[in-house]
Amino acid sequence: MKSQTAKQAFDAAPWTGRVRKYDIVKEATIAVVIVSMLVVLLSLIFSSPDDKQLTFRDWAKTNPTNFYATTVQELAGTSESAGYGPPYNNASAGLNVGPLWLQKWAGVTHPVDVPNDLVITPLTLSVLSAREASALATWKAATPDQQTTWATAYDTAIGDADGNYTAAAPGDYGPVPVLANALTNVAAQGSLDALLLAGGNFYSTDNTKQILFFGDGAYLDDAATAANLQGNTWGMMNETGRYPGQAWLWLYSIWYQIPPFINEESAPFGSNADAYIMFVVLGLTAGLMFAPLIPGLRSIPRVIPLHRKIWKSYYSEENIKRRK
Amino acid sequence: MTTQNLESETPTPEDSKMWTARLRNAWQRNLPIDKLLPDTQPAYVASWIYVFGVLTIAAFVDILISGLILAFAGPAWYHTSSLGLFVNSLHFWGVQLFFVFMVVHLWGKFWMAAWRGRRTATWITGMVAFLASIGTAFTGYLIQTNFDAQWIAFEAKDGFNAVGIGAFFTPTNIGQIMLIHVALLPLVLGVITVMHVLLVRKHGVVPPIDALPEIEA
Ligand code: HEM
Repeated sequence: MKSQTAKQAFDAAPWTGRVRKYDIVKEATIAVVIVSMLVVLLSLIFSSPDDKQLTFRDWAKTNPTNFYATTVQELAGTSESAGYGPPYNNASAGLNVGPLWLQKWAGVTHPVDVPNDLVITPLTLSVLSAREASALATWKAATPDQQTTWATAYDTAIGDADGNYTAAAPGDYGPVPVLANALTNVAAQGSLDALLLAGGNFYSTDNTKQILFFGDGAYLDDAATAANLQGNTWGMMNETGRYPGQAWLWLYSIWYQIPPFINEESAPFGSNADAYIMFVVLGLTAGLMFAPLIPGLRSIPRVIPLHRKIWKSYYSEENIKRRK
Repeated sequence: MTTQNLESETPTPEDSKMWTARLRNAWQRNLPIDKLLPDTQPAYVASWIYVFGVLTIAAFVDILISGLILAFAGPAWYHTSSLGLFVNSLHFWGVQLFFVFMVVHLWGKFWMAAWRGRRTATWITGMVAFLASIGTAFTGYLIQTNFDAQWIAFEAKDGFNAVGIGAFFTPTNIGQIMLIHVALLPLVLGVITVMHVLLVRKHGVVPPIDALPEIEA
């Protein structure tokens, strides 16, 4: 057996053995031509996925009941966004990995005041009937406690009626039913998308409020389930339709398929899965990145002799036997 | 600067201390032109696995060209015109091939233990390219401006928020993501690829495992 240093010096030294002609510029040119032809061919045959974007208009038109109920949740502060925590608000501390509360420490950098930003401001910027305008004025004049009392009472009543507001028991809900109905109309007319995006301003490129509102309801979620895009069914790697998606995310996606992470209810791993999995993947990536420096890991290619296949002809020409 | 007579322009030992001269000399020592563009390779460079690095570059070139067209024509174009959809398809399939080639390349180099002989930096720049590619593809999926993009933004924000990254990297902000995808990451990927390939040329192709001739003791 050779000393490790001799081997390393040999591997590092300029090659002095046999050589062969090798035209790298020609190789590169042929590669570009062939790959380009392949790309054109695949595009002609298979095209590419492009499922139409969802809009608030479609949501309010195809499933007004759900849109209405979601609006009430935004006002009541019971939606996912309202209770999200950083970076949008302080409603919760966010996820943690042991003593690391990174989500909380990073802070509220992207404040979203859920009832106002998602419901009240869009209504304020819309043309309303006299009845709707007076409901809006009533809401704005009420104390926060009063607002919450109305909205949560109505949210509970709708929940008891299985999400169907038309079947909700009567009660003291203040202006909330009129407001929810008004926003459903604004959405169905097609103006809510822009109102959430720009909020009365000219420029905006930030879709956070739209995405948050969308995520609180059933419309986006149902569409994703139908398209097989949910996280616990490898959705991260899937595309809409029969197209390959981000297959290279398998090492990240796999953790969402297995215990203890798959059960979102279980503490601490399941409920903090998003945070734990980030760390797991970070660790694995670092392992691969620094594989050349990690004893054991860097010897795997020597132990499992795939290299005998790769350099087969050279080994046989030079009559080099495998060494331990 | 003073004007000097001709004699003083002939190089003196002092001149090799100039920064410019040092850079030139270091380059010359490490990567002379016949090392950069050799017309021979060691005899063991005889396997299909060696083609995959170049194929990855080829796919990258295709992605840059189709991406440039998409950037000028704008997102609305490829939702509504069949030519737009076709260019979008070129971009999409270019990316799929790019990843297939790169992953084969990565595992090929792994099983060849191609980091041997002071080639650790080559491996690490490769891994950085791999990570930058994942970031580029991810942000690309976010700026599709279609249903898939909406869903990915909704889902992915939770992962980034969970570890505090969401505080500054915002999958739901298309303006930020578009800039990262079309400007920042292609630049990073281009620069790191150039470094990677220059390192490969500097060190030459790694010899086979056990190629060191056995000397009788
Ligand atoms: C943008 C992505 C990449 C491009 C364009 C690229 C390109 C290349 C090219 C053209 C070569 C020389 C020819 C060959 O052996 O295939 C090469 C060699 C190499 N690549 Fe990459 N590569 C990429 C990613 C990676 C990755 C992800 C790894 C592994 C982590 C990697 C590790 C290596 C190593 C170790 C060598 C030296 C091989 C030797 O000395 O025999 N590369 N790369």
